[in-house]
Amino acid sequence: MSAVPHPAGTAGVVHAGNRLYRSRKRVNFMLLGISGLALAFGLFWLVWILGTLLYEGGTALARASLYYQMTPPPGSDGGLANAIVGSLLMVGAGTLLGTPVGILAGTYLAEYGRSGWLASATRFLNDVLLSAPSIVIGLFVYSVFVARVGHFSAWAGSLALALIVIPVIVRTTDDMLKLVPNSLREAAMALGAPVWKMITLVTYRAARTGIVTGILLAVARISGETAPLLFTALNNQFWSTNMDAPMSNLPVVIFQFAMSPYQDWHRLAWGGAALITIAVLVLNIFARALFRKTD
Amino acid sequence: MNATNASIARDRPTIHTAVRRADPQAPGAADFKPKFRIRALNFYYGGFHALKNITMEIPERKVTAFIGPSGCGKSTLLRTFNRMYSLYPDQRAEGEIVLDGEDLVTTRRDVSLIRARIGMVFQKPTPFPMSIYENIAFGVRLFEDLSRRDMDERVESVLARAALWDEVKDKLQQSGQSLSGGQQQRLCIARCIAVQPDVLLLDEPCSALDPISTARVEELIAELKSDYTVVIVTHNMQQAARVSDYTAYMYLGELIEFGRTDEVFIKPKKMQTEDYITGRFG
Repeated sequence: MSAVPHPAGTAGVVHAGNRLYRSRKRVNFMLLGISGLALAFGLFWLVWILGTLLYEGGTALARASLYYQMTPPPGSDGGLANAIVGSLLMVGAGTLLGTPVGILAGTYLAEYGRSGWLASATRFLNDVLLSAPSIVIGLFVYSVFVARVGHFSAWAGSLALALIVIPVIVRTTDDMLKLVPNSLREAAMALGAPVWKMITLVTYRAARTGIVTGILLAVARISGETAPLLFTALNNQFWSTNMDAPMSNLPVVIFQFAMSPYQDWHRLAWGGAALITIAVLVLNIFARALFRKTD
Repeated sequence: MNATNASIARDRPTIHTAVRRADPQAPGAADFKPKFRIRALNFYYGGFHALKNITMEIPERKVTAFIGPSGCGKSTLLRTFNRMYSLYPDQRAEGEIVLDGEDLVTTRRDVSLIRARIGMVFQKPTPFPMSIYENIAFGVRLFEDLSRRDMDERVESVLARAALWDEVKDKLQQSGQSLSGGQQQRLCIARCIAVQPDVLLLDEPCSALDPISTARVEELIAELKSDYTVVIVTHNMQQAARVSDYTAYMYLGELIEFGRTDEVFIKPKKMQTEDYITGRFG
């Protein structure tokens, strides 16, 4: 009789020597090993990169002149002050330009467009833009802005960075708003709230940390972008806060100094690279802490 | 198998005793004043025909319960009463839902104005991500410009009405989402009555609550019906028997039976209704 036996009958099958049970244990052990190895492999390079950066850039970071002297001509002493300020200005302007556009577009996708054809098409194009190589964005801004105005400028750099920021923020805003349960929207509408009040007072508030995290991650992303700035803001050896003129910035300085044959330029490039990495790391940790706090 | 189920159902005394406790002076037909008149209402989710030719009248200042198995359309029907369906482009209604002389299906008026007069409480508590105080003030501020003192008073009075004041009076600035499930649901009810609607729609308000919280919400419903027209969707027949004056039994999108709760539960006119309320069904 192969019918299901009496419940007590299972006691005869369930024991540590069971063939199915043992093969399941074996597979589990193997998969655990493989995923552990993959983890170690990934972490190995990460730790190596961070270690090298801190080792090579550490001495440059420790020198105060890095933070107040200008980028030097080869062979003389100097710092990265103009590049640091230039980076801060352009990343700031890029974020300020891109964030409102990104949040509003993401709001349209999640709250108004939803599954309409316009929203679907926009979402698709946005994903394309999200994964577009940043050099393409740099060349685009070069051809529509720099080439027409006739000179490189910090505004052009900020615009290129904004174009990188927008798709990131559109995506996170859309995703985070979609996580807000519909019942919350219905509850607000049931009280007689108009749609814009429901969005600004209820769903934005519910998705707040996610949206802010998206902004911080976008900032982290653009603070290391080199290619778009190479074609737009170019570089400037001197102190400049004029947004309508070429401006120094860390990624391009690192690029140029690291390619040069000069020892002291190499040291400054390492310092700049370490500086960006640490800034991005701090920003990421901050974003995480923020997300955790209100979870 | 069926025979045993039926005999178990016959021996089940709970429903009948519950009815007797619910309302000793069950309302006569004389005080049936319709608040909603629903005529030939059909409802569609895309291509799915969810409500089929519903015609009924919901009495004013009474509690009306919608019962029926899952998917029978009772929540759908409830959600037509405040045009909640118009948030979703693929849902549409045909027919008439007349509230105080205005057809909600075809009205040109802004639906927010209609919804503000009709409170709704959902199956899962939906506190907004803001303080307890702000949860209440949110709805009030939409249509009223109150001074700080008047607002404080309004908040206190509705929380007291929802039997929540004593539990939250010292933590009005805490997040509404920090409350327990039962407290959250009472907060949502308080939020509804704060905008002074005249209809309350309750969509399985107790299904996520423990028995004690359920009892408090039921007491609250009994107390509210003197001022509000209450419509409640419930899976729990004892609850329908306990809290409602009128009961509608729905099945597969159709209204099978509608009448005074004591009549529907004690001597239903339709066999189908009897099968459902005695548990012989499904």
